Amino acid sequence: MNSRSMALLGMVLLAGCSGVQSPLVPSGDQAGALHNLFWLMVVVCGGIYLLVIAGLAWGLMRVRRQSATTSDHTASDKRLDKGVWVAAAVIVAGLTVLIVGSFLADRALFATRGQSAMMVRVTGYQWWWRIEYRDPAGNRWIETANELHLPAGRTTRVQLGSADVIHSFWVPNVAGKLDLIPGRRNQLDLTPRREGWFRGQCAEFCGTQHAHMAFDVKVESPATFDAWLAGQGRNATTPAASERGQGVFAQNCAACHGIRGTLAYGRAGPDLTHIASRRSIAAGTLPMSRGGLQGWIAQPQALKPGTAMPTIPLSAADANAVAQYLAGLK
Amino acid sequence: MTPDQRRIDQLDATWHDAPGLWGFLTTVDHKRIAARYIVTALLLMFLAGMLALDMRWQLSVPENTRMSPQLFNESFSLHGSTMLFLVSVPVMEAMAIWLVPLMLGTRNLAFPRLGAFSFWLYLGGVLTLWIAHALDITPDLGWFEYPPLSGPSYSPGHRADIWAQMITFTEVAALAASVNVAATILKMRPPGMTLARMPVFLWAMLVSSIMTILSMPAIMLVTSMLIADRMVSTHFFAPASGGDVLLFQHLFWFFGHPEVYIIFIPATGFVSSIVETFSRRPLFGHSVLVLAIMAIGSLAFGLWVHHMFAVGLPRLGNDFYTAASMAIAVPAGLQIFCWIATMWSGRPWLATPMLWMLGFVSTFVIGGLSGVMTASAALDLQLTDTYFIVAHLHYVLVGGAMFPLFGAFCYWYPKATGRLMSEAWGKLAFVLIVGGFNLGFFPMHFLGLMGMPRRVYTYPEGMGWDLLNQVATAGSAITVMGGLVFVANALVSYWRGRPSGPNPWHGSTLEWAVPAPTPSWNFAYTPVVSSLTPMWDEGPLKVVDGIAIERREVLVTTVTDAAPIYRQKSAGPSIWPLVSALAVTAMFLGSIFTPWAIPIGAVPIGAALTGWFWPERGRAKTGPFAVRA
Repeated sequence: MNSRSMALLGMVLLAGCSGVQSPLVPSGDQAGALHNLFWLMVVVCGGIYLLVIAGLAWGLMRVRRQSATTSDHTASDKRLDKGVWVAAAVIVAGLTVLIVGSFLADRALFATRGQSAMMVRVTGYQWWWRIEYRDPAGNRWIETANELHLPAGRTTRVQLGSADVIHSFWVPNVAGKLDLIPGRRNQLDLTPRREGWFRGQCAEFCGTQHAHMAFDVKVESPATFDAWLAGQGRNATTPAASERGQGVFAQNCAACHGIRGTLAYGRAGPDLTHIASRRSIAAGTLPMSRGGLQGWIAQPQALKPGTAMPTIPLSAADANAVAQYLAGLK
Repeated sequence: MTPDQRRIDQLDATWHDAPGLWGFLTTVDHKRIAARYIVTALLLMFLAGMLALDMRWQLSVPENTRMSPQLFNESFSLHGSTMLFLVSVPVMEAMAIWLVPLMLGTRNLAFPRLGAFSFWLYLGGVLTLWIAHALDITPDLGWFEYPPLSGPSYSPGHRADIWAQMITFTEVAALAASVNVAATILKMRPPGMTLARMPVFLWAMLVSSIMTILSMPAIMLVTSMLIADRMVSTHFFAPASGGDVLLFQHLFWFFGHPEVYIIFIPATGFVSSIVETFSRRPLFGHSVLVLAIMAIGSLAFGLWVHHMFAVGLPRLGNDFYTAASMAIAVPAGLQIFCWIATMWSGRPWLATPMLWMLGFVSTFVIGGLSGVMTASAALDLQLTDTYFIVAHLHYVLVGGAMFPLFGAFCYWYPKATGRLMSEAWGKLAFVLIVGGFNLGFFPMHFLGLMGMPRRVYTYPEGMGWDLLNQVATAGSAITVMGGLVFVANALVSYWRGRPSGPNPWHGSTLEWAVPAPTPSWNFAYTPVVSSLTPMWDEGPLKVVDGIAIERREVLVTTVTDAAPIYRQKSAGPSIWPLVSALAVTAMFLGSIFTPWAIPIGAVPIGAALTGWFWPERGRAKTGPFAVRA
């Protein structure tokens, strides 16, 4: 059977896939609960499917003794009448198992809701993510973009909001998705367990560049995380020999982008204070590199058609200087 | 009773359409109207299928730049809007418009001119969307255009208006068709066809028509609110001014979920008819099937929130909708059981229509079970808006509705044309379509589980999605080839097919009593029914006389017992349905650009309707009133 051979093929492929954005490779409590529920569903539903196909095959291959259209079916129909009840009972039993399983998984997703947790604000924009951490030391929010760091083994409470249209926050290895809805604020608890890099992506169609609205997720030990957060909280240190780049940035880019510790206060685009410490550029569009930054500055509309980042006419030397400046903002 | 030639000539004279173009524009013959509906829908299915193939080509390799994001977004929006609003729902109504009067032994629908009006308005919706596409104002936000993305701030221009107004067209057309079908089934059954003796097909059409009448107002309301937001700044969906974006989703899915069953329930009617005929025994579990259809029809209105599990609604509600959504597996499962039991206790004959039923069961059940998975409010958080959903919705809509439709097409094709389709080519098309479909869509379950979101125009390398996407593309291409074989078979058979005679499959219901192709008046005498399978009863079909043949007249019976109560004049050909549809079209199109189109456009509509309903001097035309008593 076609679908079954596909299933086998799929299993083989899954074993070899990258798994940085997959519900089948759970790396957190919430994704783990859903993963267990998924396999319960597969087993129950797969069993029902096999019963249906077996019944169909039996119905077609059975030796028949009836001879005419108008022949009497009362005897066999009496047996089949009982079959209706058996079929209904099997379905109801299967559904009962699944509904109870679903309720239990749902409880697991919200098990941490009463506990205190680290707060992170995530705001969706067309097409990038503003991410703000509550500074453990003070009353301010530490802002970054398109890269989420999470301490392993601790629960992080993500507050989801949107600045424009509906988006959906999805890090499948850690938890299920939840929408970012203008005028509303949703909360999602994440309890990652396994350290490593994962990938999240917007899951609700949000316009032209919905496909390029991803973000990187780093799950790390609490100590590493604390150090990272402290680093993100510091102002930018202007790299050596980058006065020209900083000047060009202040004139051309600072209206939209902020770099803490400089006079760049723009809020329309992502904060760039520690951009070079991130793993990718433009919400997962390009890997982070000096060349990538320069290409992005020169040709944003070619790399991500429709992005709000305009093509700013800079001389080659100026573009080079800005890229060098940004590449130094670790 | 065999009618004599004089009676046939008189019926021809009474029921014929004017020749040529005028007859084409004025006809109220339900068979001609339905044929137009079906041909239009199949043509659109081909066009939307080409869009799908184009998108599959784009996705066959990562980082593909063949399509721009704008073009891809337009393609999936046009594909989804066309398939759901202009193909699936209308084609099911068209099958009802064609078959319901035939299965009832009557000569036309309850409201013949409303049937014509419904088609012309549907055509208006089709042309609105596709001419807009030719003019590059294609909707580009998917088949459900959530605000604020579809609101005035994020979608300037008229793309979203075209989408919203296309829906208004098709929904008015659908309401007209549904009212017509429901009234016909309830009031025009032949003597003896009590509700208890009504074939499952008619129950399916009745229930889906009533569902259409109950659910369509919600979508017309919500798209009108969207247009009002866009045109006169009403702020229904603007959170900054006190509106709520979720209101749109609730109203949309209050229609959108029943819509799935409005497509699926007629398909269960096809399946019931075909399984009965090709198992060569009366359908097992008639009452179970009817009750299952009613249960699905009722439950369908109580589970729209399962499209919204990821928006963060209160959890108690989510639990309720989880249970309600899963509960629909009970009636659906019992239907499957009854069909298999019918085959098991009958003598299955594996002609092409029956093969499609096997394809339906083995494919649709996968879609039903993946539906059970997504019905879980918890698990849906991992599945919704991924390729798992793309797989699921195609398994239910294609496997659950299109496969039965293709089977129904092969099954009733001889009734419409008088010729049989080729079995050999039909089987080839079946293998290519069912095989290609499963090859194309089964891998999408895995793509979703590997994290691929839906509605992305490209994806990065290294995600492990490449091979499965290529398999999916290959499967889609095979399906399209199968579709071409199917269409070629239908076209060639139209001229070259073997003559079928009136009842080539030895079918059980009344439509097989009329000659093929069917004359404009359908039945020379009104049949009388004493069982669920009148064509399989002993002896010739019993009939009653008394319905006029020198004027258009039909028999009206009681709702429950189908006891004859009176003869009813049946409206003849008229140009007014077309004129009215044109006037409505002008108003709908105008209201994309200015709110003044509504008051000003109402004037020609009023004029056209006045012409339509202008009283006819019945006495002068039809003789003394006493004759009609």
